[in-house]
Amino acid sequence: MDEIIVELKSVSKVYDETVALDGINLYIRKNEFVTLLGPSGCGKTTTLRLIGGFEQPTDGTILFEGRDVTDVPPYKRRVNTVFQRYALFSHLDVFENIAFGLRIKKYSEKVIKEKVGRMLEQVNLAGFEKRDVNSLSGGQQQRVAIARALVNEPEVLLLDEPLAALDLKLRKEMQHELKSMQKQLGITFVFVTHDQEEALSMSDTVVVMKDGRIQQIGTPVDIYNEPKNAFVADFIGESNIVDGIMRQDYVVDFGGATFDCVDFGFAKDEEVDVVIRPEDLVLIPAENAKLSGVVSSVNFLGVHYEMFVDADDGTSWLVHSTLMEPVGTRVGLGLEPMDIHIMKKVRP
Amino acid sequence: MKRSTLFPYVVWMALFIIVPMVLVLYYAFTVPTESGATWSLENFARFFEPIYLRVLWRSLRLAVISTVICLVIGYPAAMVMSGNAFEQKHVILLLFVVPMWMNFLLRTYAWLTILERNGVINVVLNSLNLPSLNILYTEGAVVLGMVYNFLPFMVLPIYSVLSKIDRGVVEAAGDLGANAFQVFAKVIFPLSLPGVVSGVTMVFMPALTTFVISRLLGGGQFTLIGNLIEQQFLVVGDWGFGSSISVVMIVLILLSMAIMSFFEGEEKDVALW
Repeated sequence: MDEIIVELKSVSKVYDETVALDGINLYIRKNEFVTLLGPSGCGKTTTLRLIGGFEQPTDGTILFEGRDVTDVPPYKRRVNTVFQRYALFSHLDVFENIAFGLRIKKYSEKVIKEKVGRMLEQVNLAGFEKRDVNSLSGGQQQRVAIARALVNEPEVLLLDEPLAALDLKLRKEMQHELKSMQKQLGITFVFVTHDQEEALSMSDTVVVMKDGRIQQIGTPVDIYNEPKNAFVADFIGESNIVDGIMRQDYVVDFGGATFDCVDFGFAKDEEVDVVIRPEDLVLIPAENAKLSGVVSSVNFLGVHYEMFVDADDGTSWLVHSTLMEPVGTRVGLGLEPMDIHIMKKVRP
Repeated sequence: MKRSTLFPYVVWMALFIIVPMVLVLYYAFTVPTESGATWSLENFARFFEPIYLRVLWRSLRLAVISTVICLVIGYPAAMVMSGNAFEQKHVILLLFVVPMWMNFLLRTYAWLTILERNGVINVVLNSLNLPSLNILYTEGAVVLGMVYNFLPFMVLPIYSVLSKIDRGVVEAAGDLGANAFQVFAKVIFPLSLPGVVSGVTMVFMPALTTFVISRLLGGGQFTLIGNLIEQQFLVVGDWGFGSSISVVMIVLILLSMAIMSFFEGEEKDVALW
């Protein structure tokens, strides 16, 4: 499990004048489900294309099981890709699309039939062999694309936003299927998405990227609970991010009050970002609360209510709660020390 | 579209397509008698005499040769233009298109002055102390004229299809283990077939029926089917025979279009017609 299969060492990629990747270091372990997550233009797709061999890095090396593959073309890598818009061969039927890689490798007709047949079962497309790929639905095309890649038994499967074109329900189904497929086959998946929920629910490891740099690498739980900076906190789930001042270890000032917290190691009176998840804020009576304000809006979201509470200092706090107070009510906001996340300011 | 807006087009088609076609059919299937005309297949029987079959054969042969040459030159040109590697592709595209803005006859006359006995080529050759070449009034000159005139009709449809091929498909083929040659043979070429079919059709048809190129550059020695039809109508005055040859040609063209569209499959929308 701990064996490293792909490693990127201070890899940079520059297109014309724009820096797509700025010296990233990343390793991917065998059988891991790794997700590259970030807003568009963060370099996640570029990273994937570098691993796939479709692009050469401007600088740095890419290792595959310890061997340098930086200059090895895609067709010589034991990596297969599921493309964003599927990129199916429209002149071939479903069977021939999946058989493409096997035919290139000159397998016998018998072996091809068997492997493609098994793959079709796996992606629930048995009986679709002779269908024209253009006549398939988005979800079915997606399955063909996955089958076409997996039938070659790659060691690493790269998926470039494969679910972006599907509707919500289908996307959930495919997320589940992909995850179980990955477990069952024991193949390393590198998955690119801009959807944080998708990343959290599917991955073993999430790599959060922004502006060509890696912001944080960790398990979904780590990333959510212990975001390293305000960007990650904001991008993963919803957050209240306010300015604060670290008075000393375990003590922070924000919102006009002083709070105990669990963070330390900052300079005395250092300006910091204070991040609080909306579900960690609890509605309490205003009388004895350190933070208080007036409810300015209430939205019912199904499982919980989304409320904005305007504090006296002008800060608008986002609160998620299963309880609701009507607009105009004065409420207090309670929170535990461990729910206060202190982050170094990225920019002053 | 409303019926009323369709009306002018219907009139146009009736006047300039349907009526002439009916007339051609009428002349083809009749022979004049003292009291008007009678139905007869005599005109068609004449066409199957060896002398005329030889003309048909020559037309087919030259048209096929020209089409093949156009394909061999045109496909790589279209590939270069559609590729990302070459930034000046618009210049090449323009080079193919600009001659089409000029009158077809003028272009062909221009070749006369290049190829003739005291033309540009021979002047250059003589100045290098090389013997003159007799290019004009050969079959080669006719083929050259056809290739020159019809090449854009091969390049453009292929280019339009090639440039629409998704880069992702090419990458996918590479990802699945295909090298550059296999990517071309198994993906790019099959996907470009509608363009090839369209290009072949658009070169083959006019090459088969041309009479100006063979007259000017062949010096009248290479009677093609088009020349034959022209002669029957304008020189001999045998409208019946001329019409029957035209009918044979129409049938031939419809047949080859049927064969082509069979190859073209469903992706008609990407081709030029």
